[in-house]
Amino acid sequence: MKLLKNFLPFLIGIPILWGIQLISPPHIAIILVNVGVNIILAVSLNVVNGFTGQFSIGHAGFMAAGAYTTAKITLALQDTLLPGLSPWLSTQTIFLMALVAGMLLSGTMGLLVGMPSLRLRGDYLAIVTLGFNEIIRVFIENIRWLGGATGLSGVPPYTTLVWVGLGAIATISMARRLVSSTHGRALLAIREDEIAAEAMGVNTTKYKIRAFVISSAFAGLGGGLLGHYILLVTPKTFTFIKSMEVVGMVVLGGMGSISGSIISATLLTVLLEGLRGLDQYRMVMYALLLVILMLTRPTGLFGTHEIWDVLSRYFPKRKAVQKA
Amino acid sequence: MKSVIKTEPVLEGKEVTMQFGGLKAVSHFNLVMRPNELVGMIGPNGAGKTTVFNMITGVYTPTSGEIFLDGKPIHGLKPHRICHQGIARTFQNIRLFKELTALDNVRIACHTHSSSQWWQALLLTSGHFAEETRITRHAEEFLNVLGLSHRRDHLAKNLPYGEQRRLEIARALATQPKLLCLDEPAAGMNTSEKVALMELIRKIRDDFDLTILLIEHDMRLVMGVSERLLVLDHGVTISEGTPEMVRRDPKVIEAYLGLEEAVK
Amino acid sequence: MSEFLQHLVNGISLGTIYALIALGYTMVYGVLKLINFAHGDVYMVGAFGGFYLAHLLGVNDSPSLPKTLVVFVGSMLICGTLGFLIERLAYRPLRYRPRLTALITAIGISFLLEFGFQLPRWSFMPFDFPPGPTPRFFPELFPRTIWFNIGEVSISNYDALALGVAILFMVGLEFIIYRTKFGVAMRAVSFDPNIAGLMGIPVDRIISGTFILGSVLASVAALLVSISRPRIDPIMGLMPGLKAFVAAVFGGIGNVPGAMVGGLILGLSEEFVAGYMLSSFRDAIAFAILILVLLFRPEGLFGRITTEKV
Repeated sequence: MKLLKNFLPFLIGIPILWGIQLISPPHIAIILVNVGVNIILAVSLNVVNGFTGQFSIGHAGFMAAGAYTTAKITLALQDTLLPGLSPWLSTQTIFLMALVAGMLLSGTMGLLVGMPSLRLRGDYLAIVTLGFNEIIRVFIENIRWLGGATGLSGVPPYTTLVWVGLGAIATISMARRLVSSTHGRALLAIREDEIAAEAMGVNTTKYKIRAFVISSAFAGLGGGLLGHYILLVTPKTFTFIKSMEVVGMVVLGGMGSISGSIISATLLTVLLEGLRGLDQYRMVMYALLLVILMLTRPTGLFGTHEIWDVLSRYFPKRKAVQKA
Repeated sequence: MKSVIKTEPVLEGKEVTMQFGGLKAVSHFNLVMRPNELVGMIGPNGAGKTTVFNMITGVYTPTSGEIFLDGKPIHGLKPHRICHQGIARTFQNIRLFKELTALDNVRIACHTHSSSQWWQALLLTSGHFAEETRITRHAEEFLNVLGLSHRRDHLAKNLPYGEQRRLEIARALATQPKLLCLDEPAAGMNTSEKVALMELIRKIRDDFDLTILLIEHDMRLVMGVSERLLVLDHGVTISEGTPEMVRRDPKVIEAYLGLEEAVK
Repeated sequence: MSEFLQHLVNGISLGTIYALIALGYTMVYGVLKLINFAHGDVYMVGAFGGFYLAHLLGVNDSPSLPKTLVVFVGSMLICGTLGFLIERLAYRPLRYRPRLTALITAIGISFLLEFGFQLPRWSFMPFDFPPGPTPRFFPELFPRTIWFNIGEVSISNYDALALGVAILFMVGLEFIIYRTKFGVAMRAVSFDPNIAGLMGIPVDRIISGTFILGSVLASVAALLVSISRPRIDPIMGLMPGLKAFVAAVFGGIGNVPGAMVGGLILGLSEEFVAGYMLSSFRDAIAFAILILVLLFRPEGLFGRITTEKV
């Protein structure tokens, strides 16, 4: 029973995603995959920027860590057949393992970056994470084993809409479960008042680092999935520009709102897809969006509210109805 | 004197000093609190009362001196460690988690005694659900004690002032402390509210078997509720004893009313 | 030995540049408690302002000292105006909002400048603006001559000018902050803007003035850099901006002499570490320093630990 509840979103998700994958034409599929990856990135960044109230703008660095790890593993094992498995199942298993490895490594990077920088106040953290983002890129460009500035090419095309969809479901479930637990509430407490949180027994440094590690790990998942879709992993994909796109999504949706992040990630991805011809204006629009949003509606679309909280007010659960 | 009191002290401060640059905010402060005592700390503005609280709860590390809780040194520990050891506090300028509900405010404080691990929350283990239910029930009890059950799902920032102060006490109690430090819990209340609050504080002390250290501005109020008083002025303890003794102490009168009044 | 001297000279000139930019960060942080993320991009605008002015004056064909002066003053005016506008339009409306809001705005402004300058040329613009992403080359304001040699190390008039101007401006700033009425007011605002306001100090004007001052210093730094390293592009402000921020934190953010010392130390250590050991990791050195500072002395060299009142 317990196990079922745990995997229910995935079990429902697989056939639906499979259906969508079958019926959607290639150019729609591309957009949907991008939407999925951006949901993973925005929701995971929201764990740090929204729930915990810290402000990281170096998400792309952790994406890079995940993307390179995953790609290195699948490139090394693409001709390997796991014993006792069909070729299809074998590649899928390898991909899953590679993604998990990517998450572990990007999570570790998150730990290394977070430990010194999360002792700092929010505004320092922003610059430090941006700096780390660039350092990770500089290092990758200098390591020949990782392909240097040209990166890794010939990455096997493992990412499908189903994979991305499952990744998004995993990320959203993680965020929802976290925020409704006592650990998630500790993060919210840090956002609301760090001194009071500390006085109520919350080890604020530990919790901030933990949020950062979880968030980085899922950024790594997003990076791994992206790399196996565009079949290329280069340092240029993971500059601060990518980080800023994700920040834009989180801020627009509302810092602290999972559904806000989902909706704004979808909206922005689809909108920008429509603006393909005006590529140069893309980042200018992001920048303008941030400034105008802050001046007019700093809480974003949803603030800290969730769509499902509003829905449950109109469609009360059966238990509540019985009581009435 | 010493032989009369047999029980071990809950809190003991020895020669605690806090220096900010050239300013000695508190100097050579001594304090012994026995189990179940309700001690009031009074003194004019800037006397160093809140600084004493901040040192006890770990916000500041004393420049010199030692603080013991149940005989164990706690000076220099981080605030969250001290909270785990059993000291809880409220804040003079209310510091609730404003955008969270009253229930969540208290549930966060219950976190101190939670055994659940973060991966359990992500994997939805049965232990996690049991723990969440226990925490919620627990938090509801504390809301009830402070008469805030009807505010369970209201955002903390939307509560009236007096209820915000009570919510802070509920939150502090939820950490299950041995020692509760209340920093001007009655500030901003009217007289009848204040009297009711003091009654409540005394009741909490008895029901939860607590030791309470209370900062209060209103001298009459604090005299009614405390067994023992401590008077601070310019960072120095100028008087200590029963409310009666303190009331007659000329040094206290001088600190409160100024020298001329005392001479008269 | 000559290699050592060469690195020393390079390090000092790099360090003074960092110091000039860091001063802008530190002063704005002092009065507003805001990290002005867009500061590095004001620096970039300074370089382009000089670039356009120089072309307008035809410096390429006939360089001269008066033209150089015009370029400097003009670029300083452009940056001063830009700094004033950024504060007035983007930061002032948010002054009493949560700090995160102002920070996000600052990031937005920074990216607006960086990517706005990367746009293709607007047809209605009389000159080549925006410049687009390809690097431009800053014209030679005056011919480079070697003044003297120490062993194999040569000191050119460029080096001398850079150092001289940087020192001149730092001394000038020191004078403004500690010897003028404006400086007193600025220090008062940095101490407590509300009380300064109650004492009759025009807080808004002082904050505007601080932004202008910081932006002017950034433009001077940009021109000094562009003279000796003429490649300029719209994201040239990112790395110097980040590094100057590191310098400001190193010296203790909000502390003016600290920013100068921090800049010098950063420039020297970057030059020496890159020169002797890890040249390809040059950009990572500043951040390594930042981490060390944050771990061991987060308040910086001359900073004071600030505790929030509880």
